[in-house]
Amino acid sequence: MMSLKEFENRNVSEGAYYKVDIPDYPETGWEKAKQVFSRAIKGELFVGLYIVMREMIKFDIHTVQYPKEKLPIGPRYRAVHEMQRLWESGTERCIGCGLCEKICISDCIRMDTKIDEQSRKQVTEYTINLGRCIFCGYCAEVCPELAIVHGGRYENTSEQRAHYIGYEDMLTPFDMAVKGQVAEYPGFGAITPHEDERVKSTPLAY
Amino acid sequence: MSEITITIDGREIKTEEGELILNAARANDIFIPAICYLTRCSPTLACRICLVEADGKQVYACNSKSKDGMQITTSTETIEAERRAIMEVYDVNHPLECGVCDQSGECELQNYTLEVGIDAQSYAIKDTFKPVQNWGLINYDPALCIMCERCTTVCKDMIGDGALSTKPRNGDTIDETFKESMPKDAYAMWNKLNKSLIQPNAGDTLDCTDCGECTAVCPVGALVSSDFQYTSNAWELSQVPATCSHCSAGCQIQYDVKHATIDNPEPKIYRVKNEWNYVSLCGAGRYGYDFENRVEAKDEAAFANAIEAFEKADTITFDSQITNEEALILQKLKESRGYRLINDEARKFAEFMKAYSAISGTATYKTPLKAVNGANFVISVGSSIKTDNPNARFAMNNAMIMNKGAALYFHPVADPVVDDMGKNILSVNHAPMQEEAVMYLILDLFSKKEALPADVAEYLTSFHSMKTITVTETIKEKVVEIVKEMKVNEETGEEEEVEVEKSKMVPKKVDKDVEVDENRLLEIVNAPKTFETAMEKMLAKKDRFALMVGPDFYSHPNAANLARLVALVEKYTDFSVTMIPEKGNTLGVAMICDLDTEAGSSTIGYNVKGDFTLSATGNGDLDMPAMNQQEGTLTSIQLRVNPTNAALGYKGYELNDIANALGLNAKLTVDYTVKLGEIDGFKSENFDDLPNHYTNKGEEMRGYELTVNEVVTSGDESVAPFDEAAAMDEAMVYRGNPTLQFNDFTNKSHQLNETAALYVSSDYAIANELSEGDTVLVETTKGSMEFNVKIDSKIGGDIPFVPSFDSNLNSEALFNDYRFSNATIKKV
Ligand code: SF4
Ligand code: SF4
Ligand code: SF4
Ligand code: SF4
Ligand code: SF4
Ligand code: FES
Repeated sequence: MMSLKEFENRNVSEGAYYKVDIPDYPETGWEKAKQVFSRAIKGELFVGLYIVMREMIKFDIHTVQYPKEKLPIGPRYRAVHEMQRLWESGTERCIGCGLCEKICISDCIRMDTKIDEQSRKQVTEYTINLGRCIFCGYCAEVCPELAIVHGGRYENTSEQRAHYIGYEDMLTPFDMAVKGQVAEYPGFGAITPHEDERVKSTPLAY
Repeated sequence: MSEITITIDGREIKTEEGELILNAARANDIFIPAICYLTRCSPTLACRICLVEADGKQVYACNSKSKDGMQITTSTETIEAERRAIMEVYDVNHPLECGVCDQSGECELQNYTLEVGIDAQSYAIKDTFKPVQNWGLINYDPALCIMCERCTTVCKDMIGDGALSTKPRNGDTIDETFKESMPKDAYAMWNKLNKSLIQPNAGDTLDCTDCGECTAVCPVGALVSSDFQYTSNAWELSQVPATCSHCSAGCQIQYDVKHATIDNPEPKIYRVKNEWNYVSLCGAGRYGYDFENRVEAKDEAAFANAIEAFEKADTITFDSQITNEEALILQKLKESRGYRLINDEARKFAEFMKAYSAISGTATYKTPLKAVNGANFVISVGSSIKTDNPNARFAMNNAMIMNKGAALYFHPVADPVVDDMGKNILSVNHAPMQEEAVMYLILDLFSKKEALPADVAEYLTSFHSMKTITVTETIKEKVVEIVKEMKVNEETGEEEEVEVEKSKMVPKKVDKDVEVDENRLLEIVNAPKTFETAMEKMLAKKDRFALMVGPDFYSHPNAANLARLVALVEKYTDFSVTMIPEKGNTLGVAMICDLDTEAGSSTIGYNVKGDFTLSATGNGDLDMPAMNQQEGTLTSIQLRVNPTNAALGYKGYELNDIANALGLNAKLTVDYTVKLGEIDGFKSENFDDLPNHYTNKGEEMRGYELTVNEVVTSGDESVAPFDEAAAMDEAMVYRGNPTLQFNDFTNKSHQLNETAALYVSSDYAIANELSEGDTVLVETTKGSMEFNVKIDSKIGGDIPFVPSFDSNLNSEALFNDYRFSNATIKKV
């Protein structure tokens, strides 16, 4: 165990150093030239060239043709956000609670809300500044409605430093939702299995 | 009241005999759960969660008084069981909408649910259909309402509108089995809750003075501002402590500020909140907050023009919606550059106080408004109280309810709001110009005649005469009658008829002539016939008297005499005297500035039209910051100097910049705060050291109190008699504002904005065949002006209100100084 005493010992050289086995540096011109040739002229160069040639001729290329081709991404990967809709009805899930806005540690979520004609809270505008987002996943985890989730789109190149993404861009297309083409998001913030067994039921008078 | 010691959970605390246990605990930072109780209002026992054990007995902390040596335990096993059951009941069928609810984490239901640790529900009842309701400035969601009745209580006990009441819920009855299985208090509380909901007295819409205090006290998201609803979570807003500047009450407020929208990062005020346990706002303070003067940048050309205008000018005219610091800057400019300072409204108030001090011996009035809250007999005279200073009305109402008090309201304009304040208030609608008669009447009714100066006593006697009146009395009379009876003759044993005398008492009505004292002053002030009998009842058991006098007095042609009468009342009766300054900082301006009577030839106007106008509403020659963009202090009716802060930034020039260009030297306007100490009554305190909050005890830690300085009196206490013939009895108008409006700033606020009109009572409209929207020409000796007619359910009688809140109208031009003016009103 270390104690304060060891820390207070500022004389670190005492018995603390050992030598690493490093060959001597070339000193003379001749020694240097010898090192250059011995390193440059080696058969390995041609091994590499041979493999490339061979694979070219075989036409069996394993390189992913990005961006034409993309690898599938793990469900827990946290890329650009998506806003989910409810299954069947297609209603937007976000209720405008503002928890994602509050929890976001890089303070990049902002939303405007108002009361709508049916006296409900309506999200009129919602943005994420992807230039600041660190894709920590807190917003998805805190969302009580499983509305905001992380999607698989990981390309964020932009001509601007501040790259905003709006509500519309994130929202699942209505058709996909009603046709049941969106699966429940299994990633960050999704409910854990066996949740039903853990809740106590509330009596009902119906 | 004597100091006593009680013990709460083993801690000895000092409190006052008779103090409610809950308040004693709160004052000493001891927590007792309580939902329905409101400080300054009567306990309603709706929630029952404040159960404690006092000397071995379970009592409600919010309605039990402390006694010396009391032993109190705030939590026992049975109490905890009650609390748990109560919170479970509150959560039955409560919508799971905390996510969108406007309470956003500031919810007492949420807090207590977590505090008590509710993790499962044992009770159930069928829910009822309760759609949300819009009541104008307020939205009510009955589904969220927990029936704590704080809204109805504050409206009745504090505000005085009594505009809300409970109505049946029409739900299922609670399952029988719960009666046995549930803790007793929880069941009783559920029973009550399950029977009722809140409704406006007027039915579907709320007809009240729109103070919004019910939304402030609502512990849940059931009553909210309809403008604010769903626009922001509470936690996104930053709080700026401030002081409302619209009227002289100087209420503590807090501006809640956030960026406007995603696209517009400029800060915006979203709402105003208050410490509702200790201060109640009116609607002007609550809804009139976005009157800021947004300017893009410093307008250098306009500033140069301003300096040039100041170099040329010899007069500065201004109104009293400015801070003490600005008033001091103006005063210093007067001292260094010889400007005349014109502010007639404040000057008249200063003159009134001066005339008063000649007898009272104090430089200002000496009793703050809070004395009215503590009184049990209150008189208001010379003020349209609900619009001159809403808090003065609240205080009068609160005194009547909490102290079993009574009140007299003297004013020429009948006020239905005042009349609705209960049966313990009596309105007397005297004729304008008879205010002196009212003051004589008060002297007559309440002074010790022997002590009064002889000529005053004599003058008062001259109004009394003995009068013989015939009264019908019911007396019991003894009537003796002879009745024949059958009796057995003892000797003969036979029955025979005998005559017997029988006497009995029968009631009989007789007319009697009695000598009574007749007080002609009553007739002069137009007191109702029942005045004397009513007064007898109202005065029973009264020992704390408070008088409020208002702005009608200061601009009265006989103001000086009135001021002396006020001083006499204070000296020779038990009444304390509070004066209601007319505008936001009239008292401050009157104390700080040495005001002139005559304007010179070239004037600078500050928020008033001048040859060069500085304006905080944005329609002058140089923009100035509005009150919500300024730091500074304001002097309130409570004889207090209250600090206010800038909720929003301001990019233009301020008065201080002008003053600096003219030779004064201060980096910030608030550098003048400490210099206020040069003025009699003020203290040398740095702005940054001024607190602005209340303590748990309810102490007002705001700014500092003014010192009421003594002045020497001449000993002359003579007052002039009044002129009965001066009474105004023709058609006339009154210079007064509708509720919620005070000035250009309230009117600039988006929730209050309206077009100024001639406000008339519905009786007046009917009698004169006017309907809403008609155009009328109002003509006085001073001029004429056209108005649209607006029927205002909050005024009565037959004197229409000409509003002064819109300075563009310049309606003041219709009047001499006095607030009443004879006028002809013709439909055009
Ligand atoms: S946390 Fe979810 S429901 Fe709440 S505002 Fe964010 S996305 Fe909407
Ligand atoms: S009133 Fe309170 S408990 Fe009810 S929904 Fe609103 S925040 Fe939640
Ligand atoms: S509306 Fe609010 S204050 Fe009124 S009873 Fe309901 S919960 Fe209480
Ligand atoms: S706004 Fe004020 S006056 Fe109106 S109901 Fe609410 S508390 Fe009463
Ligand atoms: S206008 Fe007067 S009573 Fe109303 S909130 Fe402001 S200071 Fe208080
Ligand atoms: S606070 Fe005492 S009964 Fe509600």
